Amino acid sequence: MSRRPEPAQDQGPVREHLSPARTLEIDPLIEDPDTRIVVCCGSGGVGKTTTAAALGLRAAERGRKVVVLTIDPARRLAQSMGIDSLDNTPRRVKGIDDSAGGELHAMMLDMKRTFDEIVEAHADSERAAAILGNPFYQSLSAGFAGTQEYMAMEKLGQLRSRDEWDLIVVDTPPSRSALDFLDAPKRLGSFLDGKLIRVLLAPAKVGGRAGMKFLNVGMSMMTGALGKVLGGQLLRDVQTFVAAMDSMFGGFRTRADATYKLLQAPGTAFLVVAAPERDALREAAYFVERLAAEDMPLAGLVLNRVHGSGADRLSAERALAAAENLEESRIVDQPDGKAGLRNSPDTYGSSESPARNVTDSGSPATEDAGGAASEDEPTATDGERSVERLTAGLLRLHAERMQLLARERRTRDRFTALHPEVAMTEVAALPGDVHDLAGLRDIGERLAAGRAELSGTP
Amino acid sequence: MSGKGGTGKTTVAAALALALAEEGKRTLLVEVEGRQGIAQLFETQALPYEERKIAVAPGGGEVFALAIDPELALLDYLQMFYKLGSAGRALRKLGAIDFATTIAPGVRDVLLTGKACEAVRRKDRSGRFVYDYVVMDAPPTGRITRFLNVNDEVAGLAKIGPIHNQAQAVMRVLKSPETAVHLVTLLEEMPVQETADGIAELRAARLPVGRVIVNMVRPQVLDSAGLELVGSVPRSAVARSLSSAGLGGARRGGHAERLVEPLLTQAEEYAERYALETEQRAVLAELGVPLHELPLFAEGMDLAGLYALARKLRGQGVS
Repeated sequence: MSRRPEPAQDQGPVREHLSPARTLEIDPLIEDPDTRIVVCCGSGGVGKTTTAAALGLRAAERGRKVVVLTIDPARRLAQSMGIDSLDNTPRRVKGIDDSAGGELHAMMLDMKRTFDEIVEAHADSERAAAILGNPFYQSLSAGFAGTQEYMAMEKLGQLRSRDEWDLIVVDTPPSRSALDFLDAPKRLGSFLDGKLIRVLLAPAKVGGRAGMKFLNVGMSMMTGALGKVLGGQLLRDVQTFVAAMDSMFGGFRTRADATYKLLQAPGTAFLVVAAPERDALREAAYFVERLAAEDMPLAGLVLNRVHGSGADRLSAERALAAAENLEESRIVDQPDGKAGLRNSPDTYGSSESPARNVTDSGSPATEDAGGAASEDEPTATDGERSVERLTAGLLRLHAERMQLLARERRTRDRFTALHPEVAMTEVAALPGDVHDLAGLRDIGERLAAGRAELSGTP
Repeated sequence: MSGKGGTGKTTVAAALALALAEEGKRTLLVEVEGRQGIAQLFETQALPYEERKIAVAPGGGEVFALAIDPELALLDYLQMFYKLGSAGRALRKLGAIDFATTIAPGVRDVLLTGKACEAVRRKDRSGRFVYDYVVMDAPPTGRITRFLNVNDEVAGLAKIGPIHNQAQAVMRVLKSPETAVHLVTLLEEMPVQETADGIAELRAARLPVGRVIVNMVRPQVLDSAGLELVGSVPRSAVARSLSSAGLGGARRGGHAERLVEPLLTQAEEYAERYALETEQRAVLAELGVPLHELPLFAEGMDLAGLYALARKLRGQGVS
């Protein structure tokens, strides 16, 4: 972990020249046969799932056999990959370019199903039935805190051990705290190892086994306290559940540990996904630090929804000034007739509201096309005025875009200053959402291009 | 206050707390996800598990804030109801507290909602409510129904006993007309879809749906006539117009002429986005819930922006 605070460089002009220390190269990462797992993490609403899907598609079209594990994706995105029902098994995505011999499979995580499967696989049928019917279990598996994270990791472990895929791309759950999915297996592990479980198990085992010795006063006081808080019936449910699960706990723990180790292994790559906004990048910085602390291999940062401009030589200030120039000239010029612009006498008659002209004149579009194209002479028609108004609008839009650009650049550079070691790729913002494979492919292109949209030079 | 991740629900929750605090009222803003978003927003230090005054609203109202820590809330709760001083500490040592607040089904959510409801019902010595309003920055739309409904589920699990009673008491507050679940969204497809799903879920669970607040609404730069023109306007005419505004030559290869294509491309993107936004507005209008819009602050959110949003909310009669 090398975190270098660089407050001294945090000055405007210097920042302008900062660019990401390294570019994140997506293609070498996903093409490398040694890369077996890619985990996309990041705060909610930054396009994590879309990124995971786009990466999966790109890897598949480059010849790898890929499965994308998504958690609660937006319906239309799921449909674009051909998954619309929660069946918890990978399904082949049709319509991809398989000329390179790759395949794309996708699946949505069904927590309850995954949990049930574990129970069914690890307990005899009688015991399994007892567990599945336990009310405590039913609530637990339906997805309370931590279960989703744990089950996502469990499923990842399952997919990996089947060894059917070259590459598994995982989209992490939208956790309340960023890295719950890392903590969940550990927490479960420490719980299962802990004394609490023995306390819970104790009454169920009261049968005169050697364990009775350990059921000392302190412990019975504990169960007493638990009973008091939980209520007798709930405590009994929990105890029956724990007792029934007892035989499976070892398996849980082993798998939780194995999955955790798998995440640290060299075949795994973490991608932190963010958008160039203050909060999203603050979360991203937190992710980067946590991953380093846990020895998880971070491949880099995917910065989504970055804006660019083909006309970035024109500054926001100049664009605004020019827009004002266009908008005001008609009014300002009237009294003294000083035609800064090519104004015609017509202008005098229609001074009040620019917005009116167009709405009054029926279909301005056709008129303009005819009018402006045919005349080289600068006689201002209604059409020409509406072109001027449009141009002013274009300039205002541009000014807005340039301000956004500057803001995004500042946010990004703040992150880069804190974490110069993190490789980054920027993905240009799209006006709409992604609905099909073509859209995902497009995002994949942008991911791989690794272009720094914000760096100023197109 | 709920909403999809990234829609700014913390900001809107804070603005609502400010808006409600005007005219001498007292509001409590509650954070449950441990992110310290409120502290950042109000530019104060991280909030402890303690109610603190963080802002004064115009007109003399006060906003208090509380970041609920489930672990402390549990110990608090045990102390309050069972006087489990040392046993509580022993439970913690056993890992029971950790278990209860992280793994055990719903306990965490029970504690969070329970604490908030306690604040709602708390009265001072003269029998007056301590807080006129309690605004909770709640979990995202995808989880909100389960979060609020957790007490129902727990009441079903623990069929008798103190937890059962506590859970039922919380449910009574949450389902009463005194509660409203507001949802924050953006004019984008996914958040709008989630909002629609969220409302359906809340209604199915008989939880009171409040209002939908569309956040970060961008100003309209091109009117519909302008938008129509974007596709058909002759490039040369725009170039001449740019040139006349002092941006270089309109001739081929001139400065102004070279600006035309990129500017029109940006306008086309704008038009596309505008069309999508119109579509999403229509979807929201069908939900049968009062709609409100808050503007985007291009320079990012700060304290001044927060007060401005609070004024907007007030102006729109939300508070």
